[in-house]
Amino acid sequence: MSKFIKLKKGFDINLAGKAEKRISEVEQPETFAYKPTSFHGILRPKLMVAEGDNVKAGTPILFDKKSEKILHVAPVSGEIVEIRRGEKRKLLEVVILADKEIQYEQSDVHSVSDIATLSKEAIIEKMLQGGVWPNLVQRPYGVLADPEVTPKAIFISAFDSHPLAPDYAFIFKGQDQYFQAGLDLLKKLTSGKVQLNIDSNAEVSTMFAQAKNVQINKFSGAHPAGNVGVQIHHLDPINKGETAWTINPYGVIQIGKLFLEGKYDASKIIAVTGSEIKDPQYYKTYLGASIKKFVNGNLKSDHVRCVSGNVLTGEKIAHDGHMGFFDHMISVIPEGDYYELFGWIKPTTNKLSFQRAFGLLSFLNPNKEYILDTNSKGQHRAFVQTGVFEKVLPMDILPTYLLKAILAEDFDDMEALGIYEVVEEDLALCEFVDVSKNDIQKIVREGLDLMQYS
Amino acid sequence: MKFLRDALDKVKPNFEKGGKWEKFYYIYEAHETLLFAPNETTKARGVQIRDAIDMKRLMMTVIISLVPCLLFAIYNTGYQHFIAIGQPDAGIFDILLSGAIQVIPIVAVSYIAGLGIEFTFATIRKHEINEGFLVSGMLIPLVMPPDIPLWQVALATIFAVIIAKEAFGGTGMNILNVALTARAFLYFAYPSDISGDVWTYIGDANQAVAGFTGATPLSIGAQAVATGENVLASFNAYGAGWADGLFSFSNLFWGFYPGSIGATSVLMCLIGAAVLVATGAGSWKIILSVFVGAYGTGLLFNAIGANEFMLMPAHYHLVIGGLAFGAVYMATDPVSAAQTEVGKWIYGFMIGLLTVLIRVFNPAYPEGIMLAILFMNVFAPLIDYYVVNANKKRRLQRATV
Repeated sequence: MSKFIKLKKGFDINLAGKAEKRISEVEQPETFAYKPTSFHGILRPKLMVAEGDNVKAGTPILFDKKSEKILHVAPVSGEIVEIRRGEKRKLLEVVILADKEIQYEQSDVHSVSDIATLSKEAIIEKMLQGGVWPNLVQRPYGVLADPEVTPKAIFISAFDSHPLAPDYAFIFKGQDQYFQAGLDLLKKLTSGKVQLNIDSNAEVSTMFAQAKNVQINKFSGAHPAGNVGVQIHHLDPINKGETAWTINPYGVIQIGKLFLEGKYDASKIIAVTGSEIKDPQYYKTYLGASIKKFVNGNLKSDHVRCVSGNVLTGEKIAHDGHMGFFDHMISVIPEGDYYELFGWIKPTTNKLSFQRAFGLLSFLNPNKEYILDTNSKGQHRAFVQTGVFEKVLPMDILPTYLLKAILAEDFDDMEALGIYEVVEEDLALCEFVDVSKNDIQKIVREGLDLMQYS
Repeated sequence: MKFLRDALDKVKPNFEKGGKWEKFYYIYEAHETLLFAPNETTKARGVQIRDAIDMKRLMMTVIISLVPCLLFAIYNTGYQHFIAIGQPDAGIFDILLSGAIQVIPIVAVSYIAGLGIEFTFATIRKHEINEGFLVSGMLIPLVMPPDIPLWQVALATIFAVIIAKEAFGGTGMNILNVALTARAFLYFAYPSDISGDVWTYIGDANQAVAGFTGATPLSIGAQAVATGENVLASFNAYGAGWADGLFSFSNLFWGFYPGSIGATSVLMCLIGAAVLVATGAGSWKIILSVFVGAYGTGLLFNAIGANEFMLMPAHYHLVIGGLAFGAVYMATDPVSAAQTEVGKWIYGFMIGLLTVLIRVFNPAYPEGIMLAILFMNVFAPLIDYYVVNANKKRRLQRATV
């Protein structure tokens, strides 16, 4: 019973620097990193390797003491050159100096017909050992999935509606058999359905459109239509006590490969985008790549910010930093640490606004591609404006009330107002449009942490 | 403009942590950011880009929407002055000058008093100075009578900012509309100064023309309840000889009649409403529902018709007193209004309804809109409570299915 859902609310941020659809061959980055900080819910990471050790792609390198079964593995083979820690010795990243030729840990190979006969326990065991488990994200809370729990459904968004997002049809091209195998395996892990959500406004690759064993739903609308949380809200919302899992198509493909080929393949195609990139396009590399090779000599100016991920939910990284676990793109935008004389009132057509307050003229030119910098364009203020968050959140949720409940640490209200249904990315647009410049995603995470750990 | 920036950078260390005027950092910052949009950037995690809107621009948009009302206020204050003293042929320059002399000091006093309090509280509480008062400071003069003593403006502003806003925790937390609290304070603290013939500025040296009573449409309406005279007939009769058609429907719509300084012209309010709605700074739902509520209640009273004020044609309710001004600028204050979208409809409608109800049934307080909005300010959280509860219930019901 597939569904077609039209979303009317939302906002597409049209930025300059979209990746051209070609994959460039460049020398692979020297280092790759595995970042436990990409995940929520890793409380006490325990390293299984030390600096100087050699690993293969798929060699376990760390686990969380709280969930020892979930192994996190090396994305590439090579030597552990650095274990980077932050304040209070918090583990930030495990850096691997990659071999020229990637060596893989080899495990059992299964044929497509085999997969149908595998037991749920065997599948979970292999996924945990093989390092593909961390692809599964649990709702509520947006944390690593718990292998002991059977989710009511598994949701996959087959498109990314974020600004400058890579085209999934392009980056997952030719992976059809692995994707289907992954879906077949996931089907066994849930008591309900696997739901695959595609974009009704774009051409959809056959890998998604003809996937079997899943319910295919169509979504239309502006961002955040591609957010899996929004999709879940309209398909089968998460109530108190329920658990669902979400996974990116990349993770599904990794699972498929692990079973069909017996190896942990962390190769991925990433989009290098943004207004400050000379030549925005796609590159083939591996998970956790250092971005140095992609941005060096490819920048229009020096004073830029590199973001692992998209500009709404991503994380600022250094010019030689490493990409996060879930990211398929880097966005490079101008750094905005400048003063602007009367910048708060000057009429402008160059700054994008969802709103139309005096002098904000971007609404006159909806198709323009904007170059937006990191300037916060104003300072933090009290909550004043009402009714705007609602326009960019296509969910039956009252964002302002939910945020205030979190700030007041009112557990009953948080629950009643729908905290189980959201993670940070779902309210990222609210943070963008907020006239009071609150850190809304941070507040959401604080709320989720409160619900989970206290 | 580099010299300005350099000058600011030079004094800035004095206000920063460890500087000798560290305490006054937020006052410095308010002035600095008025000149230069700050160089703050987004944080490492979270959105990396931000919408171009900020609180200053939003508030400035509201102030821009008030400009037609302010300009009209200056003209009309002067104009009413000259027709009341029997010189309807006064030149435009004299009219504007006379109006400006009367209005500008009131605006100045309101801003000086209010911002003084804002700066003091921001310094004591160590928080940024919110721009909200920039709007309140303009609204307060526009709802004052032209003949108000300046010390009363100052007192009312100080009272409103402290009691209605800072006592509740400052901008964003207040229950009551600040500008209307100022007006209500004067109304109850100095009743003799805010009734009678204060609605026209005469001046000590001048004598009002014969027939001038200082009446306003609202006071005529209120009298009609007691005397049983037809309201429209009284409207038409007033001003005969020295200002014919002063209270005709079209003149009431244009706003060339005595009343609060800037609240008389429906036309100017509608222009302001167009700006607010087009820019999204004011809720069209509230504005529309206030008018609908008032007109509907007016029609209902026409049908009942128990006294002459009730029989006044319903559309007159929309143009007399400050209904339009209140609906457009006061009811839409996002902090004190209902904050849910459904709640906004109920809130606006109830304001319209209560305004007409108070006007017609409570002649002691002829200006119904002020009390209606303050009353609904108090009830807005209750309206929201039920709207939010409905949302919670939908979620709960879903869970049991």
